[in-house]
Amino acid sequence: MNSTQVSTPARTATITWRLATVAGVVAETPRARTLLLDVPGWPGHRAGQHVDVRLTAEDGYQAQRSYSIASAPQDGQLALTVERLDDGEVSPYLTDVLSVGDRLELRGPIGGYFVWDVALGGPLLLVAGGSGIVPLMAMLRHRKAALEIGDVRARHNVPARLLYSSRRWADVIYRSELTRLAQDDETLDVALTLTREAPPEWTGFRRRIDRMMLAEVAWPPGERPHVFVCGPTPLVEAAAAALVELGHDPALVKTERFGPTGEQR
Amino acid sequence: MNGDELRASERQSVDEPAGEAERLDGNAAAGILSEVFVPDLTTARATCANCGAIRVLGALLVYAHGMGTVMRCPSCDAVVLRIARTRAQLWLDLTGAKLVVMPTAAAPSAA
Repeated sequence: MNSTQVSTPARTATITWRLATVAGVVAETPRARTLLLDVPGWPGHRAGQHVDVRLTAEDGYQAQRSYSIASAPQDGQLALTVERLDDGEVSPYLTDVLSVGDRLELRGPIGGYFVWDVALGGPLLLVAGGSGIVPLMAMLRHRKAALEIGDVRARHNVPARLLYSSRRWADVIYRSELTRLAQDDETLDVALTLTREAPPEWTGFRRRIDRMMLAEVAWPPGERPHVFVCGPTPLVEAAAAALVELGHDPALVKTERFGPTGEQR
Repeated sequence: MNGDELRASERQSVDEPAGEAERLDGNAAAGILSEVFVPDLTTARATCANCGAIRVLGALLVYAHGMGTVMRCPSCDAVVLRIARTRAQLWLDLTGAKLVVMPTAAAPSAA
């Protein structure tokens, strides 16, 4: 177990449902979009946390799902990036129907385990598959904001590396922002892998994340990076197992499995 | 429709095969646990009653079923915690946890 002490915002009651208002929507990929939300009374969050979203039909039927927070704690609005699952009960509503001014029931922030902030230090190694990038993006945005204001805890300029797997270039969520972040910050490396289809000029990885790729991208285990792996369950388990085989301390490898593709009932 | 234990079932997978698909992390149970506990239980340490391994709940394995959420020890696979919601009640079984040490609201949590 890692002994680093982290201050968690103190919660004094169980988490309650709040009514958020959609203040903006941003198309990220053909299937994913970001909802910018105003949430009255929002207590603040840490990068990596999620919210539960609840939809209620006219007949009272409720459907509930969890979505990772994409925004940094420093950002003014709460951002959720949602990828549409065609047979999903909740996500098509969030990606296709919900509009500016609409309201949405949510509770959070939830989960203090899969979180990182600059006080935890680095190096920081992020491994994402598909929309698993979302909570990791919150960490990168938080890190950037902390560096910009010269946060004393970020003085050593916590170096970060991201390895991000997508099917094809058009599916890479936040691709312009990631490119910009990496260009502007020599202590951040972004490595993308495209598993299904790549543009002709593509020079990045062209296969699923494997042990060799992780050995190439990750810091040596001796550097004791904080590792966060998020994505579909098979990808997360393969990457986490490979990292431990490479010698990384299992206590420093935190995982967030998204579970199966497809709706369950 | 299960509830919040179904973290991510809505999210699009990349093209990995979906075997072992229902296994999630302890973090996925954070929502339903927050209905009962004020401290964040995903950073609480639980001692497995079967093998004695001590893990934070966020590092346990979560199996989400329609009937409820089961949290298992990653060392020995024994059930550590079960929680389920019915229309008017919430069921919590902690017999698989010999001890749970949770951060209080006033204290910093160990990550």
